[in-house]
Parts: sequence; C-alpha cells; structure tokens
Amino acid sequence: MRVVIAEDSVLLREGLARLLDEAGFDVVEAVADGEQLLRSVADHTPDVVVADVRMPPTHTDEGLRAALVIRKRWPATAVLVLSQYVEERYATELLAGDTKGVGYLLKDRVADVDEFVAALRRVGEGGAALDPEVVSQLLLRGRRRPLDALTPREQEVLKLMAEGRSNGAIAAAMVVTDGAVEKHVSSIFTKLGLAPADTDHRRVLAVLSYLDGR
Amino acid sequence: MEEADVVQVEPGTARTEVVEATAPPPRAALGRPADAWLTTVNLLIGLWTGLLSFVLLGWMIPLALALTPLFMVGLPILAVALFLCRRFGRLERGRYRLVLGVDIPDPYPARAPETSAVERFRTWVRTPASWREAGYHLLRFPLSAVQVVLVVAAWLLPLGALTLPIYNWSLPHGGANLWLFTVRTWWMTVLVFVIGVVLLLNAPLMVRLLGISDVALARRLLGPDLSARVGELERSRAAVVVSAEEERRRIERDLHDGAQQRLVALAMQLGRARSRFGTDPEGARKLLDEAHSEAKLALAELRDLARGLHPAVLTDRGLDAALSGLAARAPIPVVVEVDPAAGDRAVPVVDAIAYFVVAEALTNVAKHSQATRAAVVVRRLDGQLRVVVTDDGIGGADPRLGTGLRGLADRVSGVDGRLHVDSPAGGPTVLTVELPCAS
Repeated sequence: MRVVIAEDSVLLREGLARLLDEAGFDVVEAVADGEQLLRSVADHTPDVVVADVRMPPTHTDEGLRAALVIRKRWPATAVLVLSQYVEERYATELLAGDTKGVGYLLKDRVADVDEFVAALRRVGEGGAALDPEVVSQLLLRGRRRPLDALTPREQEVLKLMAEGRSNGAIAAAMVVTDGAVEKHVSSIFTKLGLAPADTDHRRVLAVLSYLDGR
Repeated sequence: MEEADVVQVEPGTARTEVVEATAPPPRAALGRPADAWLTTVNLLIGLWTGLLSFVLLGWMIPLALALTPLFMVGLPILAVALFLCRRFGRLERGRYRLVLGVDIPDPYPARAPETSAVERFRTWVRTPASWREAGYHLLRFPLSAVQVVLVVAAWLLPLGALTLPIYNWSLPHGGANLWLFTVRTWWMTVLVFVIGVVLLLNAPLMVRLLGISDVALARRLLGPDLSARVGELERSRAAVVVSAEEERRRIERDLHDGAQQRLVALAMQLGRARSRFGTDPEGARKLLDEAHSEAKLALAELRDLARGLHPAVLTDRGLDAALSGLAARAPIPVVVEVDPAAGDRAVPVVDAIAYFVVAEALTNVAKHSQATRAAVVVRRLDGQLRVVVTDDGIGGADPRLGTGLRGLADRVSGVDGRLHVDSPAGGPTVLTVELPCAS
C-alpha cells in the first residue's frame, strides 16, 4: 500500500515513516505542509495519505483542508487525518458526504502501533476509522436519544461500529463470536430504524449520519 | 501553541475604554448667538422639569430618610423615590441632549439582567450615582428659579432701557420711574439707552455663562463619576494581573505534577528495562509495557492542559464549534445555541473569555450541581456578547465561594464585562455573562 505522510514535526515525520515502513507500507514521500501534500498526491496518487491537522504556514487546520481537497479531487486516495485533539466539528466536516476511505484519529494513537497500522490499512482499503473519543462525543451529543433503547452490550457494539471496525474486529474486541455480533448489529439497526446495510463501510455511514442527527 | 491570549487581557483594551469614558468637551461654545437662545430655552424648560421632580421628590427623599430609622418604614418610599430619580435623570439627560446637543452619558453601570426587585433596590442604594442624581433633582428647582430670574433679567433689562426714550416720549408729562430716580432730562434718557445697548450686547454672554455653569453641574451630578471609573479600572486591572499570575502558577504546577513526573517515571522504567534486557527479557517486556502506558498517560495530560489553555478549534472554527466541542465532552446532555451574529469573531479575547466562562460553568455543573441537563445560549445584542448557561441542578452556587467562579469574574471584569450568578437553593442555576465587544 503506497502512503504519503504530511507532518511538520521532523521527529514525528521520520518516526511515522519508519513505523509504516516496518509495518510493510510503501512510503513514497514525506512532506511538511499542506501545499506540498497536494503536490505530492498529484505526483504519486498514493493509496492513502496520513496528514496532521496543524501544519505551516498558518498552523491552524491546513491538514484538514488539504484532506478535503484530496477527497474531492482524488477520490481514489484515502485520507487519515491525525490531530492533537479530536473535535466533533472537524469530524463532521471530514465525513460530510461519503465516508469511503476516511480516518480521523488522535495523534496519540500512533503510540499503539498495531492498532494504528490496522486503522490505516482499513482506511486505505476504503473503510473508515474514527477515534473512539470522537464517537463518544457524538454519542454524548445527544441530538437524538433513542439510544436509551439499546442494551449496554448493543451500545458497546454501536460504538465500535461507529469507529469503523468490522464485525470480526468487534467480536475480537468484545470477546464474543461473530454470530453474536451480527445479532447485535441487526438488533441495533432495527431499534434505530436504520435500513440494513450490506457492507461495513455503508454501515458506518448509516450509524454516523444517525448520530450526527442528519 | 499560540500565546495564551486568554489570560493576558491586553492592557490596551482597558486603556481605550478610559479614553472613551472621558466626557467630550462641553459644546456650549461661546461663539454662537444661537447658543444663547438655546440656553434660554433650556433653562426655561429646566424650570418645569425641576418643578415636577421637586414636587415629587422634594418631600419624598427627606421623608424616606427620616422614616427609615423607624422600623424601615421609609424603605418603600425610598425605593419609589430612587426609581423616580432614575426616570427624571433620564428625562434631564434627554433635555440636555435634545435642546443643547450636550451628551451626558448614563452614570449607572448597566445592571445585571434578571435580578429581583429587592436586589435591584440594594444596588441603587449602594450606587453613589443614585445619590448624586437625587441631589441634582433636589437642587434643580431652586437653582432653576434663580437661573430663570437672572436670564429673564438679562434679556428684559436692556429691552426696558432701550425702549425708555419711546416710553418717555409717548407720555404727556413724561418721567419714567426707575426705582430711585425719575428720568426726566433727555441726557438721562440717552444714558439709559446707552446702558441698555451695553447690557444687550452682554446679555448673550451672561446667558451662556449661566448655561455653561448649569451644564457643568449637570455633568457632575447626572453623568458618570470618572474618578470612580478609574478606581474601578485600577481594581479590575489588578484582578486581571493577579488572575493571570495565578493561571501561570497553575500551569506550572500542572506541568510539574503531571506530565513531568510521568516522563521521569517513564525514563526510569525504560532504564530498568534496558538493564534487564539481557538477563530477564520477560521482565523487561513488562517494564516496557508499563512505560508505554505511562507515556500515553503523559500525552493525554499534556493534551488536556494545552486544550485548557486555548482550544485550537476556537481559533479555527469560532465560538460555536468550540462550544459544541465542550458540550460534547460534558457528562450530561448540553444544548448549545449560538446566534449567528455572535459568530462574528471581531475580538478574539472576548471569544476566549466566553469560551472559558462556558468551560468553567460546565465543569461546575458536572462537579456540584447534580443537574441532568444544561443549556448554553450565546447572543449578541447592541455591542454585547451575552452568554447564558443554565442547568436544572440543585443551585446554591456562589461566586464568592468557588475560586473558579471568582477567577472568571476577574477575567470578565478585565474586559469590562459583567458576570452574574443566580442560583437559589434548589436550583435552577443561571449564569449570565455580558462582554462588551466592539460591534
């Protein structure tokens, strides 16, 4: 899987490149700001981009804006945005429309190497990866609250599903069988009045738009 | 990480305020004949407004003051009197503005919204401006009487003197009676006429001098007391400096007790892991695991600390987004409503303070109130950003007790804002903050 990294801190940039290299990704370029990132994507059309939100020159939301441009202009390139803080507002901007190949994670998650790599792979393959903290924000947001109708187990499944995990991953995380997860999922969809979705990715979309009250 | 412009309220903001607060120079200039007429008109009207306030307040205020020691009987009368004082004060200021174009600013600090009548009355009694205004109303009528006599004399004396020749000429056996002597001879008539001319030329000057002294008095008694304002600014500036200092100490402490200690522990664990690596790989792995989670905790702490200083989303996406993030992290459902006009981010300092007010308020709600719901409403009305945080908790919040609320009050007063907490026992709690923002 071919990756472009955009991160202004040299230490982190090199660290990320090395980490992804060891995990078997092909890091085609590592750049330091939003403009270079767009140029690099135009040159290499990588499978996936890892971008920091705050980059020069403005040190505000450069990375996020670059990510939005990439999603529009090169839909085949997936984007994983890393941020010092997760903010619900950024998440909704990033997920507006289609969630094909989008990720939004706290920067700290890089420390959990295996999980981070798994999330990047998932995004690169067209899935979604949302930070648990964003999901809990969305769940807490309470724009609609028939969530009370769900059992605690179902709430847990919903959370993991919203983060973009597959049934297998949810089953592994909760230490139950795949069949049990499937049962929970269909029950959740029934209770929330969502149309059953066939793929993991469509499922995430349904759940997110539900949580976001759209 | 940008400077925490939150804790350092630019001293400039306070200083410009002072400049605005100084009164414009009196507009009753000495060069325009029209001013003499306007002053005359103003003094004549003043007699009637003075009569009105004197008839009502002339007995009310003394009576109230006399009766108050007597089982507080005077208090209701005093309340009515002070209420009338304010109304008349507005009337008088309106008179100066309409007739002379002299703008006397309202001396009262704008009152905190949603206060009880009793609370309001207490503020009135405590505000020196109320008493200065009352003094003005009591003085107004006697003063007006004197002024009107002088003004009428200033205009009519020369008029009489000038018309004397005609008067004398029209009488058959002549001789106008002027107090002590009778004007019989023609040169006397001429002399009186000349005096009349001089008086007439001087009349506008006299009238304007009267007018200027009158305006000066009105400014003194009806307008804001600038020395009090300076004291207030000095106090609020001192409070801001202190709270900034406290804030810095808190940051230093948080860094020292939190992330720094964790990093020390982390370095130690890594060192131990390294020395065990050859002999006890299993033990080394355990230590590495611990070090790993220690590092993540340090990261989380630093993240929270930095976010507490200044949330990036506030700079990037404005108040609405930042507040919705706050609401999302709150443990109870919080409704956020930000009026789109308030999204105009002209003053970053004001935005930041509004954000911290809400952050602190929601923290308090979560900690103490036992509330199940809260709401944040931000509105922008005539140059004020008004932030209202309500919850359905048990109430009993007191800004004098909680250091958090007191720190907020200092910060709010640093930009000339006001914080008001209404939190009866049993709830609900309503925290209102008004921040002036240049519109």
